[in-house]
Amino acid sequence: MSDFFSTLLDEFPQVRSGLWVTVQATVLGSLLALLLSFALGLAAGSRLLLVRGVSRTVVEFFRGTSLYIQLFWLYYAMPQLTGYELTPILCGVVAFGLNYGAYGSEVVRGAINSVPRAQYEAAVALNMTPFHRMRKVILPQAWVQMIPSFTNLLIQLLKCTPLLWLLSAADLMTVIQTIRDRTGESLTAYLTLLAVYFVLAYALTLLMNLLERTAKRRLGLHTGGKSLLKTRSAEPAPTAGGAR
Amino acid sequence: MTTFDWDAVGEALPLLLEGFRVTLLATVLGTLVAAVLGLAIAVAGRAPSRFVTVPVKAVMEFIRSTPLLVQLVGAAAVFTSVEPLTIGIVVLGVHYATYTSEVYRAGIDGVPKGQWEACRALSMSPRRTWQAVILPQAVRNVLPALGNYAISMFKETPFLAVITVQEMVFEARKYGADHFAYTEAFTLAGLVFLVASYPTSLLMRKLEKRLGH
Repeated sequence: MSDFFSTLLDEFPQVRSGLWVTVQATVLGSLLALLLSFALGLAAGSRLLLVRGVSRTVVEFFRGTSLYIQLFWLYYAMPQLTGYELTPILCGVVAFGLNYGAYGSEVVRGAINSVPRAQYEAAVALNMTPFHRMRKVILPQAWVQMIPSFTNLLIQLLKCTPLLWLLSAADLMTVIQTIRDRTGESLTAYLTLLAVYFVLAYALTLLMNLLERTAKRRLGLHTGGKSLLKTRSAEPAPTAGGAR
Repeated sequence: MTTFDWDAVGEALPLLLEGFRVTLLATVLGTLVAAVLGLAIAVAGRAPSRFVTVPVKAVMEFIRSTPLLVQLVGAAAVFTSVEPLTIGIVVLGVHYATYTSEVYRAGIDGVPKGQWEACRALSMSPRRTWQAVILPQAVRNVLPALGNYAISMFKETPFLAVITVQEMVFEARKYGADHFAYTEAFTLAGLVFLVASYPTSLLMRKLEKRLGH
């Protein structure tokens, strides 16, 4: 067995805690992103111009400035400017959440718009309240449409977590790199690291496929077992200025 | 706690714009690599033999699912003798080629089956079929999507600062560290990104509409 893998085994507790930091940042970041996606996405469909305008501005701002800059701004600039300091992991969670929340809001908006108009009209004809209409008729149908795009965003968010290394949070990348520095086996170290991220990404894809199947079942659409194993398609390139 | 220092902004701007030239260079060359390589991969993915298509697909899936930052840092650590900017451009290009190849694939799938059959009936060689019939129709439709990927790539060029390419964010970090003015430097860098990327993405949207998507 090569030097790298024996050191990896010796340092297993470290590796495990690094993996935990990465998973934590991914899960918390995507939960924040999910929350913001719905808040901003629903606001984009509001009747009030002010609400729409605020949502649009926030979305374009966080999509237009690079994630990398947002992360560094939170870590370096915010303590200088306001006196508040966030831990590195929290910085990551907030930056990932804001950035991917902005992208996700476009997914929510698009999915809600794609629900056939007649569904709204039927809900109105049945005298449903706007809340009831959204909750019981529109969202269950839109949710099915959102999941594939959310899967793509989730994987992208996972792929951003190594940035935590730059804020000296002890994430997976940091830990593997210390082992690399000790053994000097760059190729093995980085290929192992890539393989771990690949496994994580694949596991998340499977979970999301499961979620998609459940959501489809609720609508009475049944899918075969094979669809659970399918991998993602490449995400469509994001475009700006989509408020119509 | 300090306030925003406007003098520092004036001082940092020329340095950042200097770095911005490297950022643009990396984006343009990276996009070029992604555009050419993506097309090659899309065509290889349609090869008649499974011995070609299956490995190509597996490698693409692997590159697409793993972080760009790890790929960059890993490549820089393994190929120590190559210049960082070259590594950055190649890694960015290859990473985005896995996305653009999907775009091309969709474009190629969009060419009606009758076109392939007509080529066959005219007994055109595979090379001529691709060159004269399929690609001219496929490529036209994918231009807006390629443009959007170029914009995403532009926003990911700060990763190159990690492997010591002296692009804009590298300069911002340096200025911030030298003068303890991170707030001004990063705010400015963020604004430059916004000012450069937002109008470009609006332009792409217009192009998309024009081509009838």
